[in-house]
Amino acid sequence: MTTLLSPNRSQLAGMSGRATIIAGLIVAVAACMPLLLSNYQVGLATEVLIFGILAMSLDILAGFAGRTSLGHGAIFGVSTYVVVYCAAQTGLPPAAAFTFGVLAATTVASVFALLAVRTSGVYFLLLTLALGMIVWGICLRWTEVTGGENGMRGDVRPAMLLSHSAFYWAVLGCSAIVSFAMWRFVRSPFGLTLRGIRDSESRMRSLGYNVPLHLFIGFTVSGFFAGVAGALYAMFNSFVSPSTVALAQSVEGVLMMIAGGVGTLFGAFVGAAAIIALENVVSAYTERWQMVLGITFVLIMIFAPEGIIGKLRTILSRQLR
Amino acid sequence: MDRRVFLKTSTAAVAAASVCAVPWRSAQAQAGPIKIGLLAPLTGVVASGGKEMVEGVQFYLDQVNGEMGGRKVELVTEDDASNPDTALQKARRLVEQGNCHMLIGDLLANTGLAVANYVKGTGTPYFIPIIAADDLTQRARIKNVIRVAGYSASAFTHPLGDWALKQGYKKIATISQDYTFGHEQCGGLAQVFTEGGGEIAQQFWHPLNTADFSPYLGQLAELKVDAIFAMETGADSTRFVQQFAAFGLKAKTPLLMAMNGTDQSVIRTIGDDVEGIISPAHFAEGSDNPVTQKFEKEYEAKYGKIPSLYGFSMYSGMMWIDAALKKMGGKVEDRDAFIDTVLKTELDGSPLGKTVKLDAFGNPIYDVYIRKVVKRADGKFWNVPIQTYPEVSQFWKYDPETYLKQPPYSRTFQGIKKA
Repeated sequence: MTTLLSPNRSQLAGMSGRATIIAGLIVAVAACMPLLLSNYQVGLATEVLIFGILAMSLDILAGFAGRTSLGHGAIFGVSTYVVVYCAAQTGLPPAAAFTFGVLAATTVASVFALLAVRTSGVYFLLLTLALGMIVWGICLRWTEVTGGENGMRGDVRPAMLLSHSAFYWAVLGCSAIVSFAMWRFVRSPFGLTLRGIRDSESRMRSLGYNVPLHLFIGFTVSGFFAGVAGALYAMFNSFVSPSTVALAQSVEGVLMMIAGGVGTLFGAFVGAAAIIALENVVSAYTERWQMVLGITFVLIMIFAPEGIIGKLRTILSRQLR
Repeated sequence: MDRRVFLKTSTAAVAAASVCAVPWRSAQAQAGPIKIGLLAPLTGVVASGGKEMVEGVQFYLDQVNGEMGGRKVELVTEDDASNPDTALQKARRLVEQGNCHMLIGDLLANTGLAVANYVKGTGTPYFIPIIAADDLTQRARIKNVIRVAGYSASAFTHPLGDWALKQGYKKIATISQDYTFGHEQCGGLAQVFTEGGGEIAQQFWHPLNTADFSPYLGQLAELKVDAIFAMETGADSTRFVQQFAAFGLKAKTPLLMAMNGTDQSVIRTIGDDVEGIISPAHFAEGSDNPVTQKFEKEYEAKYGKIPSLYGFSMYSGMMWIDAALKKMGGKVEDRDAFIDTVLKTELDGSPLGKTVKLDAFGNPIYDVYIRKVVKRADGKFWNVPIQTYPEVSQFWKYDPETYLKQPPYSRTFQGIKKA
């Protein structure tokens, strides 16, 4: 038993042996999905992965720095816009378009960060919301570039990823890498500092940490990951319109994160899967599906405020004790 | 568990799993019903229009006892939530999971454009009786996206510009919702009106969902123009018409609107304020054509309201598809033949009471009515034709090639001829 729990064993880039096996298993099971599912369901699974990355990027801020952003939908969407624009209007190859998209999202995130890091709580929420609305307004009104209300279309996907399964595997590989990077990020000394800031900003300041700088970097990194999700979404849809940068997108990301469990990081995928599945299953039966979704949230908040993964974690640890 | 039992159970489990998986992946059999995927906004900003779209389709299917081209029809309705991302997802579901033979519907241009881009890849026939984005039958055509019983946005405002000139209007001002559909409808009028010697005094663009029009109405009153053209849809139209009357402009200046402004979905909720508004359209529910009258009466008897553009268009769109299917014995599986047949089909028997055919670009050629809102004997308002422009092309009187060389109408390009 001692060997199992001992922290100093052979480790893979900071992952314990058991965690490596579990992570490997999950990725392997996920990789088998296209063999069992129909094309449409593979498409849904792809969407789950993409929104999982978005929710996870939000969790870096909300779960580890104590700042819930309502501007991440906009950061995500900027990347989508740039990728579609580059591929459709300027004819850049997909890889270059992807890079520019992520870069643009990171830049926008750093601008948001400059303005937002000095606030916290509800002020942070409102400021990010306002910044997101500005991006939405620009996308809606700058018709010459963004196509306004009608949005933009373009074939963004590289030829080798045209089939549902191939694209799914590419997104899966991407999410595995990105998840690992985020997991490393929040467990690094830098990530620990963010947690310190979440728990007590004044203490961290008196210990000599540059709180705004840490938050700035945290926000920008989070924006980078949201940008990756946005760029993948561009390839998934080959289409972008203002609804991709709208407030509803940010809110959906936050809801996915909360449903999965704030601060659990990988709960994001569970939350994304739960919401996307619910949306699709329920809407087949009733046009009042949004109401069902709302009620489900209320129930989650009452019975599992720590989210699905958070709840599982508490139940498991209680049984193991 | 010994090894043999383990082997047995695991083999059985794998076999069971693969048996379950097979029907998921296998396509539907060739015969059987024709599956039509209907996309309509049942929630979101244009939900009321979406419900009337479903009514229109249902109304037609009821009349033909759920059979088209000799085969049963299975209709699958999905809510696009007035949102392009949702529309796209639902379209994928209808095509990839529902194995629908064709898609029909969507109301907002952005939802339609998103779905059009998707079906470009899959080749699924997609019919758009409501989506009016000019370029879908002009600069950005997609072969399997067909505007049966629909119209392109600027097609009806071209003749309205001509009509305005003939009324002797010299100077008009326009006010319009600030998005592509508005730019296109407004541009159609502005181009024809200015090229014929008229003058556009000023153009106002306001965001969708404007609650208070008084800043615009104040400026419009100052301009002292011969007529005002307004392009509004939905709740904006209701508010504009009411405030236009309340501001006292109704008594002074004639009001011309794009067809959606005086559609039944809008005017059935307003009172005397709508009386006398002029608009151009292919469909006028108050027409004295017996076929139109019959359709109007039956629809009103069934749903308790005068049919709107949405109900009419979806009804006629379904009729068009049915006519094509009859010609080819219901063989909807042969997509290319199906698309070609639809493109060649001329629709007679539609509520318009006239034969309609598609031009070389897949856009219907209609007789365009200039309509006026008048009070019916029972106190309800409806649109009555006062003049007819026969067989109007989406390119008006321009040569298609030269017309397509000019940029699409936008806020910055309205086709206005410099004096």
